[in-house]
Amino acid sequence: MRRYITNRAVDALLTVWLVLTLVFFAMRVLPGDPAVAALGDQASSDQLEAFRALMGLNDPLPLQYVHFLWDMLRLDFGTSFRTGDRIGALLAGALPYTLQLAFAAMLVGAAIGIPAGVVAATNRGRSADYIARLLSLLGLCIPEFYLGALLLIVFALRLDLFPIMGGGAGFLDRLNHLVLPAVTLGIVMAAFTARLTRSSLLEVLRRDYIRTARARGAPERVVVWRHALRNALIPVVTGFGIYILTMLSGSISIELVFARPGLGTVLVSGILARDYPVVQAGLVVFALCVVVVNLTMDVLYALIDPRIRVEAL
Amino acid sequence: MRHPVTLICLAIVVAFVAIAAFGPLILPQDPLAQSFIARLKPPSAAHWFGTDRYGRDVFARVLLGTRWSLLLGLAAPLIAGTLGTLIGAFAGFYGGWFDRIAGRVADLLMAFPSLLLGILLAAALGPGFGNLIAAVAFAFLPRFIRVARASTLAVRSEPYVEASFAAGEHPLRIVLRHVLPNISGPVIVVGTLWIATAIRIEATLSFIGLGVQPPAPSWGNIIRDGLTNILGSPWPVVTAGFTLTLCVLAFNIVGDAVRDALDPDYRE
Repeated sequence: MRRYITNRAVDALLTVWLVLTLVFFAMRVLPGDPAVAALGDQASSDQLEAFRALMGLNDPLPLQYVHFLWDMLRLDFGTSFRTGDRIGALLAGALPYTLQLAFAAMLVGAAIGIPAGVVAATNRGRSADYIARLLSLLGLCIPEFYLGALLLIVFALRLDLFPIMGGGAGFLDRLNHLVLPAVTLGIVMAAFTARLTRSSLLEVLRRDYIRTARARGAPERVVVWRHALRNALIPVVTGFGIYILTMLSGSISIELVFARPGLGTVLVSGILARDYPVVQAGLVVFALCVVVVNLTMDVLYALIDPRIRVEAL
Repeated sequence: MRHPVTLICLAIVVAFVAIAAFGPLILPQDPLAQSFIARLKPPSAAHWFGTDRYGRDVFARVLLGTRWSLLLGLAAPLIAGTLGTLIGAFAGFYGGWFDRIAGRVADLLMAFPSLLLGILLAAALGPGFGNLIAAVAFAFLPRFIRVARASTLAVRSEPYVEASFAAGEHPLRIVLRHVLPNISGPVIVVGTLWIATAIRIEATLSFIGLGVQPPAPSWGNIIRDGLTNILGSPWPVVTAGFTLTLCVLAFNIVGDAVRDALDPDYRE
């Protein structure tokens, strides 16, 4: 067990290093002067020079790289080129909005997706199955920001049921602002979940113990929901990590649609303002989220299923 | 492959490709021409998809945007497929340190959803279409390396490869003549499946502001621009988004059909 966790942790560290290195060099090979980007075209050459010295942009590349790794290791993200704010505080303020969105979306996705998958599997080949499969295909193909914009047009603009933008203040208002973004991402998530639940349940329903349960006269409702679904949900639950990451990448454009002040909004506004330290920090935080989620899932699997500890060495 | 839905989707795919290739020749109106009196109009006979906040014809802009979406949709899997196949084939064939490093890096990067990796790299590289292609191609690369490597390992132990070794053929020649042609099937399957995803990622990145830069139209930036003026008219968002979804859906279904035709394991 200890060896397994050590190996996974080493993998996680390697991934972090790999992504940090990619980000660093991708941002440095870029044509364009960060000093000009930060201070504007009107800045004098003295100002530009002072800025470069301050930010360490004159140092040789390897030295900048070492500084960069050391800063990121200490989670010291520096200050924004534009506003001079501490980026760490900026990200810490934004993170809850993104996490709440991802979590709420997963709840919505499970609440719609699992029953839809069960209905599709138990009605295999009939119209309910086709409708469920068609909807889930549509849910997988429709870009989440377009779906979000459609919901915004219908439910916020036309019907005036929900606020158009922002994150909200106070618990109820925040919840109200969360509904449309969470439903948008939740529908995408439901499409994944329904597909997986359907195929998994179809496989389980063929097993012997299900035939036994039926032979003993258990009602079909009990066979499906009590006996079969429990086993069928194992692959759905183990897909949890992938879902969180899918929700995380989807949240970036969704936050933009609903002007929600989360991580994606910080990242995108940094990109548009060419605020390099903010972009860099945003990228690192997203990468860290991915690695932390993967590592957590790996450890959880090993705790739940002892076979994995041995096989996945 | 002969399912009617598949055939309809194939027709849609062909139509999109034709629009991408010849669209600029049949443009109904200048996609960049602004008109102050025709701002934010709903769809009409003159403007099928309505007009945007500058009075530009949205249909003409969507038509022209097809070009960018399909260009990236095809270029990114093609580049990733070519590079990934070469890396994966040599890694699988020769083994050793190159295989260990390439395999490990691919595995580690697989932890990222391709959309997220694409966004991260595009954000690091900055706005622009060339950067966009590079970012998306790189995001796909690990998946192609994995497929090519696994297929190469299977092919490597086939009798005809061993016979070539015994006949004293140069290893490089074996890779080029025997391995690459035989692993091309799975790679093409993976490639067609990623076209729809690539189109989606292009739209998402253009929507975020990293892809095609205005005033040049792409589906993503038309939706973004429409969203900033959604109180004036929802039509640019609705029509461009519908076109985008239709395109992704059609490529997805055709991609699935290609996989079913080439790879019997997946057939339901």
